[in-house]
Amino acid sequence: MDSLIKTIKSGYLWRFPGGVHPPQKKSLSQTGQIKRPELASKYYVSLKQHIGQQAEACVQVGDKVKKGQMLSRADTAMQLPVHAPTSGIVTDIREHILAHPSGLGEQTIIIEADGSDEWCQREGLDNYQQLPPAQILDKIKSLGVAGLGGAGFPTHIKNSRPEAIELLIINGAECEPYITADDALMREHAADIVAGINILNHLLEAKLVVIAIEDNKPEAIKAMELASADEKDIIVRVVPTKYPTGGEKQLIQVLTGKEVPSGGIPADIGIVMQNVATAYSTYRAVIHGEPLIERVVTLTGESISQAGNYWVRIGTPVAHILTQAGYNQPAEGRLIMGGPMMGFSIHSPLTPVSKITNCLLAPAMNELPDPADEQACIRCGYCADACPASLLPQQLYWHSKAREYEKAQHFDLFDCIECGACAYVCPSEIPLVQYYRVAKANIRQQAAENEKAEKAKERFNQRQLRLEEEKQARIEKQRLAAEKRKQTMQEDASAKDKIAQALARAQAQKASRSTDQAKEQAPAQSTIASDSKNNSPKSAAQAAIARAKAKKAAAQKADNEAMQSAADTDQSDIEKTAKEKAQAAIARAKAKKAAAQKADNEAMQSAADTKQSDTGKTAKEKAQAAIARAKAKKAAAQKVDNGEHANVVEPIEQSDPKTPEPTVDKPASGETNQMSQQDDKSQRIKAAIAKAKAKRKQLGGD
Amino acid sequence: MNFKIASSPHTHVRRKTPAVMLFVAIACLPGIAVQTWYFGIGTLVQICLAILAAVAAEAACLKMRQRSVLPRLKDNSALLTGLLLGISVPPLAQWWVVVIGAIFAIVIAKQIYGGLGQNLFNPAMVGYVVLLVSFPLSMTLWVPPLSLVEYPVTVQDTLMLIFTGYSETGFSLAQLRVDLDGYTMATPLDTVKTALTNQQTYQEILNQKVFSEGTGIAWFEVNLAYLLGGLFLLQQKIINWRIPVAFLLTLTLFSFILHSASPDGSASTILHLFSGATMFAAFFILTDPVSASTTAKGRLIYGALVAVLVFLIRNFGGYPEGIAFAVLLANMAVPLIDYYSQPKTYGK
Ligand code: SF4
Ligand code: SF4
Repeated sequence: MDSLIKTIKSGYLWRFPGGVHPPQKKSLSQTGQIKRPELASKYYVSLKQHIGQQAEACVQVGDKVKKGQMLSRADTAMQLPVHAPTSGIVTDIREHILAHPSGLGEQTIIIEADGSDEWCQREGLDNYQQLPPAQILDKIKSLGVAGLGGAGFPTHIKNSRPEAIELLIINGAECEPYITADDALMREHAADIVAGINILNHLLEAKLVVIAIEDNKPEAIKAMELASADEKDIIVRVVPTKYPTGGEKQLIQVLTGKEVPSGGIPADIGIVMQNVATAYSTYRAVIHGEPLIERVVTLTGESISQAGNYWVRIGTPVAHILTQAGYNQPAEGRLIMGGPMMGFSIHSPLTPVSKITNCLLAPAMNELPDPADEQACIRCGYCADACPASLLPQQLYWHSKAREYEKAQHFDLFDCIECGACAYVCPSEIPLVQYYRVAKANIRQQAAENEKAEKAKERFNQRQLRLEEEKQARIEKQRLAAEKRKQTMQEDASAKDKIAQALARAQAQKASRSTDQAKEQAPAQSTIASDSKNNSPKSAAQAAIARAKAKKAAAQKADNEAMQSAADTDQSDIEKTAKEKAQAAIARAKAKKAAAQKADNEAMQSAADTKQSDTGKTAKEKAQAAIARAKAKKAAAQKVDNGEHANVVEPIEQSDPKTPEPTVDKPASGETNQMSQQDDKSQRIKAAIAKAKAKRKQLGGD
Repeated sequence: MNFKIASSPHTHVRRKTPAVMLFVAIACLPGIAVQTWYFGIGTLVQICLAILAAVAAEAACLKMRQRSVLPRLKDNSALLTGLLLGISVPPLAQWWVVVIGAIFAIVIAKQIYGGLGQNLFNPAMVGYVVLLVSFPLSMTLWVPPLSLVEYPVTVQDTLMLIFTGYSETGFSLAQLRVDLDGYTMATPLDTVKTALTNQQTYQEILNQKVFSEGTGIAWFEVNLAYLLGGLFLLQQKIINWRIPVAFLLTLTLFSFILHSASPDGSASTILHLFSGATMFAAFFILTDPVSASTTAKGRLIYGALVAVLVFLIRNFGGYPEGIAFAVLLANMAVPLIDYYSQPKTYGK
């Protein structure tokens, strides 16, 4: 880097490929002092003025504010506050059109000026050299200083890079035709700009500061050279006029021969670039404590009679300032915010001037004629010759138009800086940049959607994995339990027990036969139920139901003991696990439900799903579930009781507050409906089961 | 006070595609003038025929493809294709030859591919090659300069020849090509090729009348005129310097090496550069934007590739002139060249 700095000091300049020479038209506005227009009656201060997040308003409708008073509070690093451009009353805070190509609205504080233009308390940091950098940065931030050259990047962030900065470039190139705002500022306030540069470099401690100015501004060059004559670390470098020399990447290339890595920032190669106007605002903020509430705006174009540079308060509606500058609107007139190459046309006269508005260009009818209809690309390659990023615009266009976005990206679509040089030279008048913007927007949208889908998929996979693990754990537990039971059974199983079991089974069969409808559907359902081992949501749903039932069962303390013993007996009984039986029983119950109302089933399913996504399921819970299932089998056999069905839902609701309400409501009401229909049937079932139960109990007691 | 919306950039160069095409056509004028001066009014007639046929074919195609006809005709691309083809055809060839060529160029080589900007091959050269292959005799019958012919060709003769095949006085084209001494004249390249095949040395060939008395001079001056037009295009930044420079340099280099190695068995560098269609091709054919390479490196490669092919065909192929074939072959390589000659993007 040291040798590079030596080369830079020696006056060597590199060149960037491509570039164009559109008509300058700077003379329209280049002469004369920066004028101060009259105050507007209303100001529209958008809360969002810059890249980054919008800050919260800290005034209310009806508040009286003074000029320079803070209107919004910046809490995070990427936020910047805005300030009152004049004294007056906050009349409204609402959405208002933004100075942005999209023409979208943004929260805006509307201030009605009282005409006195009275300042609030201001406090500068005269002795900033003695203060810690953090305090200076804080000052810069709280006074809303942003990059005034391009995207309005918060200045305090650019100047608090942790990387070591070797070179600070002050961009005074102003390569866009028509615009002379920086030029005028340098001519009139060179000393203040240099003071601002000193503050910026005090923070960065760069080895060298280069002020780059295009050779079409001889007066500004002279003024800056004069002002910086005593600063040994500051040099003024005159660069040849070529669009887009003032582009950040291109200017770096011209001054250092280095390229900012694709997707990176200048700080990655030890460089920070600030605009001359930013340096000036930094000076006003740090030394005078003045917030960024006004900037120089070039009003130009042949339909403005008093073209020139104006101090315009941020938030001034363009209509006001146009009137002040003697605007005669031609029919079908265009108003461009920014220059003719990269500026955007705005629609509404109430669009406010923002921190990044450097020019209002109002061309006469034939000054900047509308492009004619686009013709076929003749592959002349003029665009490629003009592209400062060494892209192949015709290929980008071809693929963007065909929506072959992958190929467009292969041709480095995202390295396009949208400078418009290609579209400027295209003889077929193809709006190339417009194609790129659309393609970029679509790709970004696609990427966002893909990311969303990817996340959803990941979540789903994780859930599947978890469920599978749970299932394995369950099976293992059951296997262990069965083994234990077998042992116990071998030890003390008596004939009596066996008879009791046989009887119980017989009774149960009889009972199930008596439920006509259930009987028909039960086999099918139980197949599904056993299949459902692979079908996790279903089995989980069943588990949930079982747990619910278990709670209900537990509440009936009287029956508890009997149930327990019966369940135990049952468990030690057969190879088939209790779970399967429980499933069969539940399935039967479900079958009825399904017959009654299908929607019901779905709702249950989703309730169960919600339940499943509850991740903190512990082994204990699972154990409970296993027991519960056993109990449930019992309980279900005992009471295929409507009241119980209704209760199934309740515990789910209680155990998982996240369960959406509609999901809970639906099954409950469905249940009630079904209840009356199934009434006698369940009565009969109940009776039959009770009988079987009694007998078993008797036998067990013996 | 509402404003109209438009997208950036809001300013454009004033030179549009129709103008670009027209500039190229205008730059051909000195060459055409010299050609007419030496070879008679036939050249102009051929050019007019070709342009008419090309524009008519373009209009018909656009109509059939249900595109707006007039705005697209106004891009002047069909005019240019016709013009370039007309220049390439021997001045006294019969009218239907060039008409067929023009129709082929527009319909097959351009519109079937999807119209302007979509074609893989240079339309004029496709038309030319089709003619060369289909009517080899007509396409090689270049007359000697007017000053050298035994029977002077009047304007009426020219028209009669083109439209009927016989001159007013009943001479056929073959008879007219015989010079004062009864020697049939051909183009210098043709002569060299034939003579070299007949084991004559290059020095002996140069002593032939073709060179000593005019034809050589005529072709030299025609080439010079096209070079002039080409420089005008370069100066106007209509064409990029890379293709012509790469083409001419490579051709110079190869012919120089070969001629140094075998001075008797090959044509000199000067002959390569200033006879046949060399200059015309360098500035007007190779630089056809649609079918040529568009990257900086690619243009150099493309120009050099055509030069190598031309050199090979002229020296070792069956045709005395090889530009049309060379261009079409190189056209095929363009997508590949473009793909592998992508410039390095800023910051990559
Ligand atoms: S300048 Fe326009 S016509 Fe020429 S290659 Fe580029 S996009 Fe195509
Ligand atoms: S807009 Fe993009 S593609 Fe066009 S010249 Fe600028 S950087 Fe290149």
